[in-house]
Amino acid sequence: MSRFPDYFNIWHKTGVYALRLSAGSVLFFLMLPILVIIPLSFNSQPYFTFTEGMLSFDASAYSLRWYNAILENPNWILAIRNSFIIGFFATIVATTLGTVAAVGLASPDMPFKRVITALLLSPMIVPLIIIAAGMFFFYTRFNLVGTFPGLIIAHAALGVPFVIVTVTATLSGFDRSLYNAGLSLGANPLRVFKDVVLPLIRPGVISGGLFAFVTSFDEVVLVLFLAGPDQRTIPRQMFSGLREQINPTILAVATLLVFVSICLLVSLELLRRRSERLRGV
Amino acid sequence: MTATTVQDSSLLPAGRALTREEAWFARRELNRRRLTAFMLVTPLLLFIGFAFFAPIATMLHRSVYSPTVAQLIPDTLAELQSWDGQGLPDRAVLTTMAVDLKRLASERTSGKLGEALNRGLPGTSSAVKSTARKLRRVEDTELGANGAALLLEANDRWATPELWRTVRATGQIYTERYFLTALDLERDAEGAVQVREAAQIYVQLYSKTMRIALIITILTLLLGYPLAYVLANSPSRIANLLMVMVLLPFWTSLLVRTTSWIALLQTNGVINSVLMGVGVTSEPLEMLFTEFATIIAMTHILLPFMVLPLYSVMKGIDPSYMRAALSLGSRPIPAFFRVYFPMTLPGLSAGALLVFIISVGYYITPALVGGTDGQMISNIIAFHMQQSNNWELAAALGSLLLALIIALYWIYDRLVGAGNIKLG
Repeated sequence: MSRFPDYFNIWHKTGVYALRLSAGSVLFFLMLPILVIIPLSFNSQPYFTFTEGMLSFDASAYSLRWYNAILENPNWILAIRNSFIIGFFATIVATTLGTVAAVGLASPDMPFKRVITALLLSPMIVPLIIIAAGMFFFYTRFNLVGTFPGLIIAHAALGVPFVIVTVTATLSGFDRSLYNAGLSLGANPLRVFKDVVLPLIRPGVISGGLFAFVTSFDEVVLVLFLAGPDQRTIPRQMFSGLREQINPTILAVATLLVFVSICLLVSLELLRRRSERLRGV
Repeated sequence: MTATTVQDSSLLPAGRALTREEAWFARRELNRRRLTAFMLVTPLLLFIGFAFFAPIATMLHRSVYSPTVAQLIPDTLAELQSWDGQGLPDRAVLTTMAVDLKRLASERTSGKLGEALNRGLPGTSSAVKSTARKLRRVEDTELGANGAALLLEANDRWATPELWRTVRATGQIYTERYFLTALDLERDAEGAVQVREAAQIYVQLYSKTMRIALIITILTLLLGYPLAYVLANSPSRIANLLMVMVLLPFWTSLLVRTTSWIALLQTNGVINSVLMGVGVTSEPLEMLFTEFATIIAMTHILLPFMVLPLYSVMKGIDPSYMRAALSLGSRPIPAFFRVYFPMTLPGLSAGALLVFIISVGYYITPALVGGTDGQMISNIIAFHMQQSNNWELAAALGSLLLALIIALYWIYDRLVGAGNIKLG
């Protein structure tokens, strides 16, 4: 777009610049909230806003006190631990069941494919408040409310659609004759899956797992309805912090979470490249 | 699938048809493969059935199932069956009610009955509770002989047929009452459905939710379209860098983004400081805890859902179409609307539907930044679940929302295909 064709007149060029300018401002709008909270989290004052000292780059206006506050608060430590425990097990459940199901869904012989796919993806579409209310009614009967297994099951159900989408996408480039070749060489289907299919779709499985983990890690509505005080997670702790006593500890946690997302984005990109290489695209 | 398709297979020598036995084997093999594929999906279907569909079904059931009153005063309700709904019920019914109320008072559940009846007829709660308190001290024999008079004496509301109609109506285990409430309707004394005379809130709330969702959809479209265009038409090195700026917010925790909007929008927050510093305004603007805050924060959160499908469609559009139109002398704007825009419609409809579906059911952001006028239907459902404990009404409101979402999801599946959701 940098060099304009000869038939472009001044209006064409103005249009292109206007377009770039508007795209630039939208990107600014997208990034602004993330860019704002990072410096605010180093505020030495208990405010949610830039102090004069911060604006004049006075070193004493910046501090790590809110990061220390996280470490000193047992509620945050518990929340961080819980988030990882619930996220880990929910990911294992969603990824295992989701990958196996995706292999079935990708088969050309799968009956009722369209309906079943739509059903399995529906947890992604149904509003969380409806899921939360329903789970609260239903899980109470099995004494799952206020327990770790209850939250793990709930979060796994939310993560499944993401695993299905990513693994099916990887499988669409999978050459089924490799599977048949494995079978004709005498391996049983399980062995073919383990030694032939899985290594090839592994990038898709891992990125599906990452999606499932993030879904659980970021989820708060189900936690609000299903978790007891012992199962508070990071988002739950942030939610009550924002409603009750706002202080920059939340901003420090938020900044740490932004770095988690950056790591995640990088790993997803690396996985995507690896997957493309494996599929020979 | 029949044997004819197998017959066409190049594996068979030309001209030879399958024998019956071979066709049978082929069919059996096909069925076996179908079964294998289905077996692979079965564990997940069972899991999702338990973890997701059963809860949804329970919620739908709960919206018409209301056992509270029926469990608390079964005897009174049984006797009320023969009442014609006019005047007061028999003294025997009143006596049974008095006995039931004494039992509830000693079990400390009269409050539950009062709360349940109060939903049908506001103001009943205190009458029930005070009566129960008074009857608690009365001896059983006295109550059996003189219960009706004691009941009427304890509170004069027991003399109104309206209250007894409410008792009978709320005593039904299966009821459409909560759906009527959710639609701002009610039954009059004769049982005909009419628009509720008291506060009409829910229909208005649904239309407000739809309006906010529509505004957000339009905003994400206006902001997302030019951005997606520039992303799709930049050299890949620049495009990748810009894409990171779309994906990073997308992958950043929802709570983080909502937190930062609070920091930006609050009275002494970043935006107000800038506006006052520049001199646009001398008084800080009240932006946080308004509908405006809900709209802007949700537009920010949902923008990537619009940009990503638009981008992937625009990426596939050959730039030579536009060049051809321009070089043939068309002005850019007509060329855009007649050539380029129609080709982006698949991505546009996918993005718009997805944003609309997600925003209609949004809970967290309105709850945190919306204040009172930025609340949406989800927030009222949460309110009835957690604060007012009117679970049946929450379920009915949720069922209506679910019906709306399913209709939209069905359209989405027709237009886009549910499996084509883009995850960046």
